[in-house]
Amino acid sequence: MSTPQDPNVREQPAVAATGTSREAILSTKGLTKKFGGLTAVDSVDFTVDEGEIRCLIGPNGAGKSTLLELITGQLSPTDGDVYFDGIDLSDLEPHERMDAGISVKFQSPHIYESLTVEQNLRVPLNRTDRDIDVVLERTLDRIALAEKADEPASDLSHGEKQRLEIGMAVTLDPTFMILDEPVAGMSVDETDDIAELIRSLHDDGMTFLVVEHDMEFVRKISEQVTVLNQGSVLTQGPIEAIEADEEVRRIYLGENA
Amino acid sequence: MMDVTLPPRLKRIGNKLNGPNTLGNSRAFWAAFAVGMIVMAAYPLVRGSYAAGQFSLFLAYGLLALSLSLIWGYTGILSFGQVAFFGIAGYTYAIVSLNLGGAFGQTVALPVAIAAATLSAFVLGYFMFYGGVQDVYVAILTLVVTLVLETFMAQTAGSEWSIGTVALGGFNGIPGIRNFALGVEGASISLSGSGFYWFVLGVLLLAYLGARVLVNSKYGYALVAIREDAERTAMLGYNVKRVKLAVFTLSGALAGFGGVLYATWGNYMDPSVFSLVFATIPIVWVTLGGRESLLGAIVGTMIIERLRLWFSVNASEFAIVFVGVILMTTVLLVPRGILPGIKDGYVFFSEHGIREGIEHGRVTIQTRIQAWLGSLGIGQSDTETPPSSEVVRE
Repeated sequence: MSTPQDPNVREQPAVAATGTSREAILSTKGLTKKFGGLTAVDSVDFTVDEGEIRCLIGPNGAGKSTLLELITGQLSPTDGDVYFDGIDLSDLEPHERMDAGISVKFQSPHIYESLTVEQNLRVPLNRTDRDIDVVLERTLDRIALAEKADEPASDLSHGEKQRLEIGMAVTLDPTFMILDEPVAGMSVDETDDIAELIRSLHDDGMTFLVVEHDMEFVRKISEQVTVLNQGSVLTQGPIEAIEADEEVRRIYLGENA
Repeated sequence: MMDVTLPPRLKRIGNKLNGPNTLGNSRAFWAAFAVGMIVMAAYPLVRGSYAAGQFSLFLAYGLLALSLSLIWGYTGILSFGQVAFFGIAGYTYAIVSLNLGGAFGQTVALPVAIAAATLSAFVLGYFMFYGGVQDVYVAILTLVVTLVLETFMAQTAGSEWSIGTVALGGFNGIPGIRNFALGVEGASISLSGSGFYWFVLGVLLLAYLGARVLVNSKYGYALVAIREDAERTAMLGYNVKRVKLAVFTLSGALAGFGGVLYATWGNYMDPSVFSLVFATIPIVWVTLGGRESLLGAIVGTMIIERLRLWFSVNASEFAIVFVGVILMTTVLLVPRGILPGIKDGYVFFSEHGIREGIEHGRVTIQTRIQAWLGSLGIGQSDTETPPSSEVVRE
């Protein structure tokens, strides 16, 4: 098992924090991914500061999911590097990146359908040296599934499955949480529950990178929004500025300029 | 669940023997298990030493089935290669024990043979899992490796294919392997007949209980998690490749132990252990008994091998056909296998009573047969058209 004090530590490149005094926790440098002739992610320099909730938006095919998979290590970049918490992630396997403090909720719910809710949470907890029963109880409360702890995960509703997967990711006690479309296919109430969950985890000091299409939801949680288009960062800024940006409206929000 | 009057130490062991990853955890299960073990242990006394000696082959196969249940049933990796490790251990045991000679030679040969199987599994597993081979390609690759071994061993008839004093013998194999023995010259025990039966039964019992503790441990959770969703499991910080390699290596060792027992049982080794039929038959045992059940894998082995023996005596040319029919019928009626089917039935009967249980069982079986006939395009006019399933969306 690798620890955050990894021998792979390289000097972090000087990437300016965007307009705040906070430290960058994640940054990419010239990150590029080509699939054959298609450049899905094109030389992206992208920074997330410690303690923020960053939303990543963009039209289908903009490279959002590819960018996330380059950060988690599911994909290897054609070129460029990802730095996290002062570590160069390039040579780390996905599971080592999780040990470094990253955690992820996939786009479609990836839970263990044949296990119970509690057993789902035990899978990540079994690896940690945390007090399993205490964390288990707290997590079940947090994702509001305490009453369904012994039910098979396959019996949960779509929204509950999403919450369970976030819960599984949270049990790793990450510093950096990646959520890929956490409210896709959810009702308004369920969406509010997720927003509240994210805010409460954020209050505990967790940094978020959230890919989401639901602008209503983005408005609820986000401080800074990054717009990705055709594999490149189009613009970045507070949600109000983004929604007012004419080019963003044209390519993404579907309005005529 | 566990008896509160048990001392803490026993309770801890008991807690690992029982758990969510084994099917039978109740007192009723353990009572039935104990009765089954007593019957098995008494078998040589009732049927005599010769019959016990014959049956001990099936117990040795049980180790092979157990190894497949771990790697396939629990971890989700379909391997045709368990017989390869079984055969490698058998051949290694033959070569080492015959070269060294005597009880001491046999005692040395046992760990060497298991080590050879374990190392083979480790090397093959390393190249597969760290080389990114997944899913059906593992099945194909392990089958190819097994068949290549068959082809290779079959052409070792020439005298140049000797290791020490032992000729590999091509299709004829290596004869003259002595009965299982441990110890040194003058202070050794040699096992055959009933003695061998009890020894193999003991090994299988220990391997089974050990496997139960393993699958109900934290490690067992990791295996099931990888079976259910390997990507999710990696993203929860598990080194999936390493876990797969570890369980593949362990299951190679288990299969290897079975191979040693096989070699000493029949007193010879030949390339048929690497054949297509023999590579396939463990899949049949485990599917029939229930691949997510360790005991099911063993029970399936006993049933199929006992039937194969009967058919080979009475209708040898049809043995494999009958096995196929039995497998198809079982998969049709109890898709998860015999022991999980019994467990499901037991749970339903105890919750709903006998009358409703029988009715439920009748309807279930009827539905499955109709669905099967329907899929073949037979008897559709007799059955009511089921309502078209609606896609429920949130």
